[in-house]
Amino acid sequence: METFFQQLINGLSLGAIYALIALGYTMVYGVLRLINFAHGDVYMLGAFAGYFLANALQLDANPSVVGTIAVTIGSMAICAGIGVLIERFAYRPVRHHSRLTSLITAIGVSLLLEYGGQVVFGATPRFFPQMIRSRIYSFGGVQITNQSLLIIVVAVIVMFGLEFVVHRTKIGKAMRATSFNLSVAKLMGINTDFVIAFTFALGSALAAAGGVMVALAIPRIDPLMGLMTGLKAFVAAVLGGIGNIPGAMVGGVLIGLMETWLGATAYSTYRDAVAFSVLILILLFRPAGILGTATIEKV
Amino acid sequence: MRLPRKLLAIGLGTAVLVALNQVFEHGFGNFQINPYYARIINLIGINVTLAVSLNLINGLAGQFSIGHAGFMAVGGYTATYFTVYHGQALAALAGSTLNDAVGGSLAMVVSLTLGASAAALAGLVVGIPSLRLRGDYLAIVTLGFSEIIRVLILNIPAVGGATGFTDAIPITNFFWIFAMAMVTIVVVRNIATSTFGHALATIRGDEIAAEAMGINTTRHKVLAFVISAALAGVAGGLSGQLFANPLNPQNLNFVKSIEVIVMIVLGGIGSITGATVGATILTVLPEALRSFDRQFPGLRMVVYALLLILMMIFRPQGLLGRWELTWSWLGSRLWRRPAAGPAGTAGLDR
Repeated sequence: METFFQQLINGLSLGAIYALIALGYTMVYGVLRLINFAHGDVYMLGAFAGYFLANALQLDANPSVVGTIAVTIGSMAICAGIGVLIERFAYRPVRHHSRLTSLITAIGVSLLLEYGGQVVFGATPRFFPQMIRSRIYSFGGVQITNQSLLIIVVAVIVMFGLEFVVHRTKIGKAMRATSFNLSVAKLMGINTDFVIAFTFALGSALAAAGGVMVALAIPRIDPLMGLMTGLKAFVAAVLGGIGNIPGAMVGGVLIGLMETWLGATAYSTYRDAVAFSVLILILLFRPAGILGTATIEKV
Repeated sequence: MRLPRKLLAIGLGTAVLVALNQVFEHGFGNFQINPYYARIINLIGINVTLAVSLNLINGLAGQFSIGHAGFMAVGGYTATYFTVYHGQALAALAGSTLNDAVGGSLAMVVSLTLGASAAALAGLVVGIPSLRLRGDYLAIVTLGFSEIIRVLILNIPAVGGATGFTDAIPITNFFWIFAMAMVTIVVVRNIATSTFGHALATIRGDEIAAEAMGINTTRHKVLAFVISAALAGVAGGLSGQLFANPLNPQNLNFVKSIEVIVMIVLGGIGSITGATVGATILTVLPEALRSFDRQFPGLRMVVYALLLILMMIFRPQGLLGRWELTWSWLGSRLWRRPAAGPAGTAGLDR
């Protein structure tokens, strides 16, 4: 029973990371119908931005909570800017072309960030400074580190914040309208270019938060860290129902739990294959995802 | 083409390839081909097979697969496994050995057939769930599939696991590589000009309209995908059994799939000529840039990435678009005669 709860906690904190990244995928897909392959790499850039900020503030020598919050917000702001730049200079020029063109562009941007990252940051992994002192809390034999707890809390707050933004604010209404029909939204006087840029900024900021959180728990960062995590987060978004915000959360947590559970068995070397096997199954039986609703394509 | 002319073309092609193969392996008079160049030429042939086969699903059918390396791995490992563990026995049946032309060819044919069948089966398993749906699902499923295959291979010690399949017996030669490249080009070209190919072009244009015209879109897409996967399997079988070129899960990853996509995007999505040109450029270019690559590791991939983005923004149809090199075009250039009608599938898009 104890190991079960231990695995549950570990799975939840891994799943919360996938969920944070999946939210960005799901928002961009909801608005543009584009798989933003570069999203996982924005998460990597978030971790690196945090790395440089934390070193600049010398948080390694004197860890502090305020400093950690400052680093997280700084990294989110930097990545929001990067997200907007990517949208402006790579995706907007091809928006009126076919979806295949956008998809290939997205792959191009993803490769550019990964290998550009290798050229700029070097391919060898770097070690993220310890910004907060690690503490281990124990609840009746189940152990949880303060980093994992932080990840879970941040993910839950972000999801509720996002739900609020999308459903209760004016820009959220504009996002939903753009997602429903871009050209009609434009006719209604919505500045769709701004809405799309805002979506990218928001999604990229969330990915950056995910990047810094992960780096706190697992301090090894390298330019290719976003590749696998990003793909799995996308699978999480599809699993929960792409375009659906609570769905991204559910999908992320489910994949996190399954991976942790398999990692504890004799088949741990197959861990990386779980997410994709689940994806093929979900597409066979429920292509709209767990919380998604099937839509009929009209002519 | 009528049957006797077809047979003549096949016979002539085979004779030319056998002769060239002879030059490749034993030289001609005093001329010995540089083994480095020979290797690059062989890799061009394999990449042409890969690119043209991917072009069938990405170019002609308008779907988007980004896991071609996965099918290459399935076919390659199946074929190589067969030759390593059963090749000698098969060659002995014909009273020959694997080093001999007869035994080697026999093992090649059987192993490539098995590899292609395994890859086709994998294509069926991946294609049915993802091609029923519209949109980008195929992209993400093929990507996931190639990752699953990579993880599986890493866990099978009989095929070398993470160190790669270094036990492979080098029975691939120039003849088989280019014979298979020719076969791939002819198969894809014939599909493009057939009723099946026209149905695929309709699906590419508008899936809903295609369905309304009575085309079973899922069936057509899955069939095209399975054929594409089988041909990728052949390329894998050739690659894995080429001299000192073992299959390795590290080389059959996402980056390999992207390389094949860059080949067809560069050449022109939908054009067989384009895929061939793209494959050639992307095989020779990295070799030419090798010293540059050593000086700035990773910069080659940055160049690929920028190439993809800039191509998509400024010339999304690729270098050649949907243009095809055809006999009638050649004829019109050589004899200054007007070409007889629109050639290939190009006519459909006008």
